[in-house]
Amino acid sequence: MSSKIILNSNQLNILINRLVCQLIENHNDFTNTVLIGLQPRGVYFLNRIISLLKNKYNCKNINYGLLDITFFRDDFRRHNKPLNPNISDMNVKIESKSVVLIDDVLYTGRSIRAALTAIETYGRPKFIELLILIDRRFSRELPIHPNYTGVKVDSIQNDRVTVNWKDKESEDSVYLINI
Amino acid sequence: MIKGNLSVNHLLGIKYLNYSDINLIFKTTDYFKEVINRPIKKVPSLRDLTIANLFFENSTRTKISFELAQKRLSADVINFSADQSSINKGENLVDTVKNILAMKVDMIVLRHPAPGAAIYLSKKINSCIVNAGDGTHEHPTQALLDAYSLIEKFGELTNKKILILGDILHSRVALSNILLLNKLGAQVKLCGPKTLIPKDIETLGVSYEINLNKGLKWCDAINVLRIQSERMNQRYFPSLREYSNLYGLNELKLKELNKKLVILHPGPINRGVEISSSIADSSQSVILDQVQNGVAIRMAITYLLASKLLI
Repeated sequence: MSSKIILNSNQLNILINRLVCQLIENHNDFTNTVLIGLQPRGVYFLNRIISLLKNKYNCKNINYGLLDITFFRDDFRRHNKPLNPNISDMNVKIESKSVVLIDDVLYTGRSIRAALTAIETYGRPKFIELLILIDRRFSRELPIHPNYTGVKVDSIQNDRVTVNWKDKESEDSVYLINI
Repeated sequence: MIKGNLSVNHLLGIKYLNYSDINLIFKTTDYFKEVINRPIKKVPSLRDLTIANLFFENSTRTKISFELAQKRLSADVINFSADQSSINKGENLVDTVKNILAMKVDMIVLRHPAPGAAIYLSKKINSCIVNAGDGTHEHPTQALLDAYSLIEKFGELTNKKILILGDILHSRVALSNILLLNKLGAQVKLCGPKTLIPKDIETLGVSYEINLNKGLKWCDAINVLRIQSERMNQRYFPSLREYSNLYGLNELKLKELNKKLVILHPGPINRGVEISSSIADSSQSVILDQVQNGVAIRMAITYLLASKLLI
């Protein structure tokens, strides 16, 4: 097993700042926007984005939710490993709102497909965008394309991209691990 | 997040579940409870599964609850009632189920008047079986939803005092409740006429109280069971009126207590017999919470068992 660092703490910080600025550019005061973090790992990324929006850019009225997609996945009963759900905390109205789905890594696109179905059980948004920290390009199995991308990474099937968050793993970093 | 899978391939009774299984079912129920409170209450997890609900006994709540749970999970559902079937032409249970399974059904939910019917069937056929009540033996989903409703109220059940009142002798709900509450660390006491308490019930780790007022003073929650006249082949007490006077839960009996008990009833309720209308509809009653939790519990069980049916 070998690993290569893709982003260190400083690079990750710059990159998230850039993504947050792009969000502000497109969503103004966020009154009609709902940020949705995908469980489990997208939630750490969402928290970082909310923290920057509130504390650095003084954005108020940030609406957000946590969405679990387990029951909408297309691989249920297809492997021995059980699919264990997480809590969905969607105490927010998404009907006719601009929704931004947030996840750390975009790989095959199947999680996002599941998220697009799952989000509709809460209402009909005006539109849905996708914000991704790491895009593992050339790995897509469905026609899914992000609106906001942190960094694009070339990887093979045996690779794994690991995003570490300071509040969870004691450092901010992104690694490409070859298994 | 709770990780893992059930240790069993069927839900035949509470006695076959371990503590991790019960925890997993409750945690998964939390997630499904959120799902059934969404504007669109349906998930596609079981869209490629077919489930047959075989009810050889009358049922309203359990049957609707299972069917709704299965439909919320997007499963195809077949409902079967014994009174409209070839059972009347002499076909036995195993043949009936084998014929249904030949039509590519993946899971069987069985209610049957014979104790042990689900266990017997699980040994004879190669399919996933969920026991929806087998005679006077077990009713595991009812016990799970009762305990889940109590946990919602108390947080946890360790050392909580639960009184089960009424016809214990004929009640599958009572047996499943006793087994489950014991596993969860609660103290269980039974109350009712001595004729309706099974012999040697103490061997299950429960105690008995003949006086309802003393039982009410002791407990934190009470599960009121109905008199199961359809299972009685002799008289166990002089009259319903006398039963109601001694063991019916009413305002007068609760008034003397300096605490608010949590009141459960698995239904159907015989108002004015085992419980008065004012108590059944009071804020202490969690009867309708039990019904809502029943759908989420059955979704969780169906989902967890289905996850073991690999494609």
